[in-house]
Amino acid sequence: MKKKKSKFSQALRKWDEGSFDLTDALPEEQIAAPLPEQPYDWQLERPVVRLEQGEISMYRRLYPIFATVLATVMILFLFAAMIALPHTGSTQTPTLNELTDRYVADGMRETGAVNVVAGVILDYRAFDTLGESHVLYSAAIAVLMLLLSLGGVSMEPDPRERLITETDPILRSTAKLIVPLLVVFGVYNICNGHLGPGGGFSGGAIIGAGLILYSLAFGFERLERLLNFKSYRVIVVVALCFYSLAKCYSFYCGANHLESFISPGTPGRIFSAGLILPLNVAVGAVVACTMYGFYSVFKRGRI
Amino acid sequence: MSAMDIFTLMLLGLVLVSGIAACLFHNLLVSLIIYMAYSVIMSIIWAMLEAPDLAITEAAVGAGISSVLMFVTLKKLRDIRKKAQDEKEKEQV
Amino acid sequence: MLENLWSNRIPCAAVLLFALGFSTLLLHPNLIKKIIGLNIMDTAAYLFLTSLGYIPGRLAPIIVNGDTDPSHYVNPLPAGLVLTGIVVSVSVTALMLALTIRLYDRYHTLDLDKIYMMARQEQGELQ
Repeated sequence: MKKKKSKFSQALRKWDEGSFDLTDALPEEQIAAPLPEQPYDWQLERPVVRLEQGEISMYRRLYPIFATVLATVMILFLFAAMIALPHTGSTQTPTLNELTDRYVADGMRETGAVNVVAGVILDYRAFDTLGESHVLYSAAIAVLMLLLSLGGVSMEPDPRERLITETDPILRSTAKLIVPLLVVFGVYNICNGHLGPGGGFSGGAIIGAGLILYSLAFGFERLERLLNFKSYRVIVVVALCFYSLAKCYSFYCGANHLESFISPGTPGRIFSAGLILPLNVAVGAVVACTMYGFYSVFKRGRI
Repeated sequence: MSAMDIFTLMLLGLVLVSGIAACLFHNLLVSLIIYMAYSVIMSIIWAMLEAPDLAITEAAVGAGISSVLMFVTLKKLRDIRKKAQDEKEKEQV
Repeated sequence: MLENLWSNRIPCAAVLLFALGFSTLLLHPNLIKKIIGLNIMDTAAYLFLTSLGYIPGRLAPIIVNGDTDPSHYVNPLPAGLVLTGIVVSVSVTALMLALTIRLYDRYHTLDLDKIYMMARQEQGELQ
């Protein structure tokens, strides 16, 4: 019985051992002499066991069992909750209350946005989105801090690989065709956020994907004239400050929703919905720059 | 059971299968590609649940940006490993 | 009971996905797989929230022809909340990947158990 259990936990440990070898992803570039890797043996733990008076050994033996039990208990608990839930699509659920009725019934008149979701996230609940943009910015700063100090040769891309990606005709011509479409679609998504599906997040992510594809095909140097670390900081900080000021103004005048000095205008026109369009542009700028910044930091250690 | 129900069940089954495959596959690269497929299927489910904003965002963010970040991470890990191997070979010579 | 499970099939799939992601996060030793598991957990929670707002036969909350009757549109609130969550989950993913790169640079392995053992050994050598 005991042997069986240890075999089981060994199998669990070695569940995906093959995936630790990253070199098997590219078979044609086999490295001549693989590292003399130590065999993953349970005997190796002995010195550590002596070091901590058996703490790690107990931990490692009990951890898979406890984890399995925890996961099973959680599934059963959640399924019990599923049985007690009201049917999907029932109109008697507590989530469908007078709040959402008000959002739909009065949202267009009060905010001027045809897309009620945009009205909710950028007008009634604009504080959510403000915090979310700050989360993105602080995550970008944390990633930059973690990867800037990595240093060494490993952060600079291999010149041989750069030669391959930057002269690849398929990649370049595809990028030439697709990047303008991506950027135009992203801008359309941002500017149309209050009229249809879309908005700052999705449009920003699409523009960021376009920038990533461009820098992959044509190198970072061309894009650097437009978007380096200095301009990144300027764009993101100006967008966040504008957003914060607009939100403060709404606190100043009643805090029912995002009051704007611009009138809501005719719903359905592109220049309508008061502050929602500028806020969408601000959020889109933050998201696009941060997505490209993540990629650039991961690829070469700086923006 | 209408055609829409069958379509829903098919999508839910596909999401479960691709999620399990993404968690179990041995090769990390393959598992990441399956994760991209998972995100795309998830965005179709959201379009079906009448949430088009979510569908667009998930298709751009889940299948685009976060998968690209993971690919770049794999590349970086391979670079670090190569560098360590080179140093080791130099020491041996 | 079974009828309830059948009519709640989308939340049930969300629960299964959540369990899948959770067990991968707990049991799999590889760090990248743990991140994929966390992402799957994220999307499962979002799927559950979205399915709470869904009502068959109603339209997406985009007002058509000035019709503002609330009984014609699905619930806009879960979509708004989840939209914020998706972007936050991307930043969490990026942060975790950066930490993974740092750990790999230090210990040259992705196995969390090995990393834990090596860190303990280093501590023991220092003492």
